[in-house]
Amino acid sequence: MKLKDISINNLRRRKGKVFFLILGLTIGITTVISLISISRLMNEDIANKLDEYGANILVLPRSDDLSLSYGGMSIGGVSLDARTLNDSDIPKIREIEVRENINIVSPKFVGVVEIEGKKIPLMGVQFQEEGRLKKWWKIHGALPKNRDEALLGNEVAVRLFKSTNDHLTINGRKVRISGILEETGSQDDFLIYADLSFVQEALNKPKAVSLIEVSAYCNTCPIEEIVDQISKKLPHAKVTAIKQTLQTKMEALDHFKKFSIGISVIVLLIGALIVFTNMMASVNERKREIGIFRAIGFRKSHIMRIIFLEALIVGLIAGVTGYLLGLGISHFIGPMALGMKSVRWVIDPSLAIGAIFLSTLIGVLSSVYPALHASKMDPTEALRAL
Amino acid sequence: MSLIEIKNLFKTYESGEEKVCALVDVGVRIGRGEFISVMGPSGSGKSTLLTILGGLNHPTAGEVVVDDISIYQLPLERLADFRREYLGFIFQSFQLIPYLTVIENVMLPLSITERSNREQARMAGEILERTGLKGKERRLPDQLSGGEQERVAIARALVNAPPILLADEPTGNLDTRTGKEIMELFKSLNAEGQTIIMVTHNPENAVFSSRTISLRDGRVDGN
Repeated sequence: MKLKDISINNLRRRKGKVFFLILGLTIGITTVISLISISRLMNEDIANKLDEYGANILVLPRSDDLSLSYGGMSIGGVSLDARTLNDSDIPKIREIEVRENINIVSPKFVGVVEIEGKKIPLMGVQFQEEGRLKKWWKIHGALPKNRDEALLGNEVAVRLFKSTNDHLTINGRKVRISGILEETGSQDDFLIYADLSFVQEALNKPKAVSLIEVSAYCNTCPIEEIVDQISKKLPHAKVTAIKQTLQTKMEALDHFKKFSIGISVIVLLIGALIVFTNMMASVNERKREIGIFRAIGFRKSHIMRIIFLEALIVGLIAGVTGYLLGLGISHFIGPMALGMKSVRWVIDPSLAIGAIFLSTLIGVLSSVYPALHASKMDPTEALRAL
Repeated sequence: MSLIEIKNLFKTYESGEEKVCALVDVGVRIGRGEFISVMGPSGSGKSTLLTILGGLNHPTAGEVVVDDISIYQLPLERLADFRREYLGFIFQSFQLIPYLTVIENVMLPLSITERSNREQARMAGEILERTGLKGKERRLPDQLSGGEQERVAIARALVNAPPILLADEPTGNLDTRTGKEIMELFKSLNAEGQTIIMVTHNPENAVFSSRTISLRDGRVDGN
């Protein structure tokens, strides 16, 4: 028999009280794990939305004209302004210090062409980059692969009565329609997309670029910093971050995180208090028993080890159950709160180990005083019957 | 040379304003292999003497020397080690640990030694056989009769072969017949060389011992 057997046997004897002891600590750990998991889900949700959002940085020519806008018809006149960006600006974006954060660089050149008597905006893009940027695009047909192919916005196709594989003549150049976009509800519906160099040529503006859309990863580096660095590389351009709703979402998440920390601390304090009072009661109940141990020749340190072992076992059990419960709760409550359809089960080993460690730490720390108290008990007083 | 030497022992309890002198200038020598009865009416200080002998109760003045060790000059943790190495305690009303089985109760003093579980079980098994409890190793204390519980307590006190056995009213909670059996067991242990110091107020028990120390009002009445 070893000291641990004494601890285990004692816990077994007091099943009812031990159950509540473990429950108290479990509730604390469950709360912490649920809140951490939910805020992680929220973070992931926002990250996904960021991805879907496409570009988060816009590079425009520095222009005094306020009416420049990316969309609708108003863009035409402005994009023909003399001070445009240039082909040579494109690679510079990938030369910034935090270049590993740059995901997609999609340059565009916009102009207006007349086709079959209708004025239609024409956008030159690099289809490889544009396709990656606009993951939500659904195309009847395919993305253009050659210079003599074009992609039509839904509205344009309707107006021109064109479908996939039909042909168009743009400023005297014949192109095949490789695909038609499904309705997006955005300005994309009103555009003809063609290869960047082809459009530059067709509009007689070689190397001209109207704007560059950039998609950057902002998890490791604030978007302001990326914007700043691009601005330095392209002093003649105006670089802006697209934040808007995501910014407020991030702020909401931040508030939720602070709230979570507050709740966690309170619940854990209550858990610690439960362990403390329960351990104190247990020690006082066992006064006589501790007296026997001391009389038999147990050192104070032996008594403390028995108490700490019990706290350790309780902490371990509460840590494991608390982690599993927290995982389950976040799995069912998270989607409800966030409006997500389903969430993957993610077993994060570091979170699991953290939960068990935290639980054990609280169990043991809240037992320091009870253990000291137990070890200091006077054995003669405990064995008053002597 | 004596195994135990008590010199000029005083013990005063203070409760509020009142001072109670439990032991006054007690001096006793006990040799190896003696079987001592400590007798006296209640309040005579015999229990106090036993707890002081047991290394559980610091005297107000005086010295307790066991095997050339002045035990109350030891640091507290060393005093605990002394109890483990030198003393076997048999408490009044058995004082078994209710959630441990018979054999686990007996192994208790061994659980803080380096001995392996197998070695502990062997030692506990031997002493349980000696005290007549073979076959009851896996029972819990509340499944035993009073006499059996007393035997478990004796087995626990003897399992690590301590030089001194201290017993406090070992027959106090037993019927006359069982009490006599326990006394017979004590006598045979003593015959094998076990030093025993027993506190009792029952003169029938005292006849089994080799010497009686009588206490009255905290003083040795005669021995």
